[in-house]
Amino acid sequence: MRNIWVIAQKELNSYFVSPVAYLLLTMFAVIFGFFFWNSVGYFNAASLQSQMGGQAMPMSVNEYVIRPLLSNISVVGLFFIPMITMRLFAEEKRLGTIELLATSPIRDVEIIVGKWLSAMILYAILLLFSAINFAFLFRYGNPDWKPLAIGYLGLLLQAGGLLAIGTFISTLTKNQIIAGAATFGVCLLLWVLEWVSGYETATWAKVLAYMSVITHFDSFSKGVLDTKDAVFYLSVIFLGLFLTTRSMESLRWRS
Amino acid sequence: MIKVQGLTKRYAHTLAVDHISFEVQKGQIVGFLGPNGAGKTTTMRILTCFLPPSEGTANVAGFDVLEQPLEVKRRIGYLPETPPVYQEMEVKEYLTFVGKLKGMSGSSLASRVSEVAERCAVGDVQNKLIGKLSKGYRQRVGLAQAIIHNPEVLILDEPTAGLDPKQIIETRDLIRSLAGDHTIILSTHILPEVEQTCEQVLIINKGKLVATDSVHNLQNRARGAESVMLEVEGRNSALDAQTIQHRLETVNGVSRVLLKDSRGNRSVFEVESLKDRFIRGDLARAIVESGWNLNELRPSAMSLEEVFLQLTGGEKAAEEPTVEEALVQGEIQ
Repeated sequence: MRNIWVIAQKELNSYFVSPVAYLLLTMFAVIFGFFFWNSVGYFNAASLQSQMGGQAMPMSVNEYVIRPLLSNISVVGLFFIPMITMRLFAEEKRLGTIELLATSPIRDVEIIVGKWLSAMILYAILLLFSAINFAFLFRYGNPDWKPLAIGYLGLLLQAGGLLAIGTFISTLTKNQIIAGAATFGVCLLLWVLEWVSGYETATWAKVLAYMSVITHFDSFSKGVLDTKDAVFYLSVIFLGLFLTTRSMESLRWRS
Repeated sequence: MIKVQGLTKRYAHTLAVDHISFEVQKGQIVGFLGPNGAGKTTTMRILTCFLPPSEGTANVAGFDVLEQPLEVKRRIGYLPETPPVYQEMEVKEYLTFVGKLKGMSGSSLASRVSEVAERCAVGDVQNKLIGKLSKGYRQRVGLAQAIIHNPEVLILDEPTAGLDPKQIIETRDLIRSLAGDHTIILSTHILPEVEQTCEQVLIINKGKLVATDSVHNLQNRARGAESVMLEVEGRNSALDAQTIQHRLETVNGVSRVLLKDSRGNRSVFEVESLKDRFIRGDLARAIVESGWNLNELRPSAMSLEEVFLQLTGGEKAAEEPTVEEALVQGEIQ
């Protein structure tokens, strides 16, 4: 446990001494800020219209602002995740510092979990920036906080799975760009797999749609904690980290 | 302290290390010598548990590298060929991180960091980014990293590569000062380094161990017959080197006389004896009796360089060296 934290701390440090973390946080804050502004503007216009029409329909902030925004974050996250994970192992391999880690009295799995954890923490900080926007809703409106909390839990679980896959891909190459591009490709594929369910209902289409990381986010964005979907994300995290340990082991046998 | 038996490492198409066996006693400095690509780094990586062996066993400080890698790792300090440093860290921060990796913590770690930094002469750059340091400093930070947890065994892959002559001398002194408490294996392809730093030499070539002995014995071993360097000065300036050479060749037991240098009326020769003949006395007498001055007479010990070439060169070294080769070797000495 202590070793995991030593590694995670070192990784977080290197995110924050380089421009990486600041760049990602700024980009995310700007992009999400725009989404938020847009979404609230739309909500205002819609509620004004419904009042003008005479028949004031009850409109829920949760339904019309928070839920679509949570889905937006989950998509925007797909683009940020490769940038967070690409350097984790590729950089160590390029600089030869992997030799230091691998010859220290610390288990491979501790190195891997430490690195993944640091990526998770950076992503959580990213989410914190979106929470600042939501705080305004609580100041001026009266939304339900529980669906929001469950939504955030879903976002963390989803990112956890993709970050684990990104970590794995980063062990496969010395080149950060290759690791980043491959991770992006995989993330994007895991997103669009869901599209087949739009026109096809055969079993293969259901399987493909099930594998999509977006399918399982639906329940979370509605504020429903579905064990089935949580288990899916946890399995992806486990699979990603497991593949990483295998890959690190094979690194030793091959290199 | 280190016991290696039948160690073999196979890559897809190449045999990097081929059934190597050796032992290193506690407190020794052992030089691991070989041309580039001989398998030095691979062997070191196996000893540090970075790579598993394909065959054979390696035992470090009483623990097998395959069975108990964590125990082995706790007891070794390793400096790879390129120092494993993070450019974006400060020296002190980096050494603290490595200390934590090795299981140290708290105030004992803090005091150890400054102690090691002083010892490796990086104390004055403790708060600088490693990325901004020169190659020599980085190499010494790498060395400091290897000894931070005071390991029983130190494995250093080309510790003086990329340093300037002054730094090389300082690093060698540092390594020598570490012996005794630590068992040290250092690899190099620079021969004088071994002659100056190590007690024991392992020569490896194409994955095979070709010799293992003390530096002293190795030098002697390659030298069957006696070889003597002579400087002779004629009293009258007209004396030419040829005359002296002819005279020397007639001395009993001399097999070969090589003229190495001739300047004015002074000439330098290398004289080789027949096997097991001692010719120094006869040579001196012959020169003095001919009325010349004998300025210098010393046995020419074969440098490790020649031993090395003989052991790793195969057939080529078995041939008689040509005059040019002999001259080159003389210069190296």
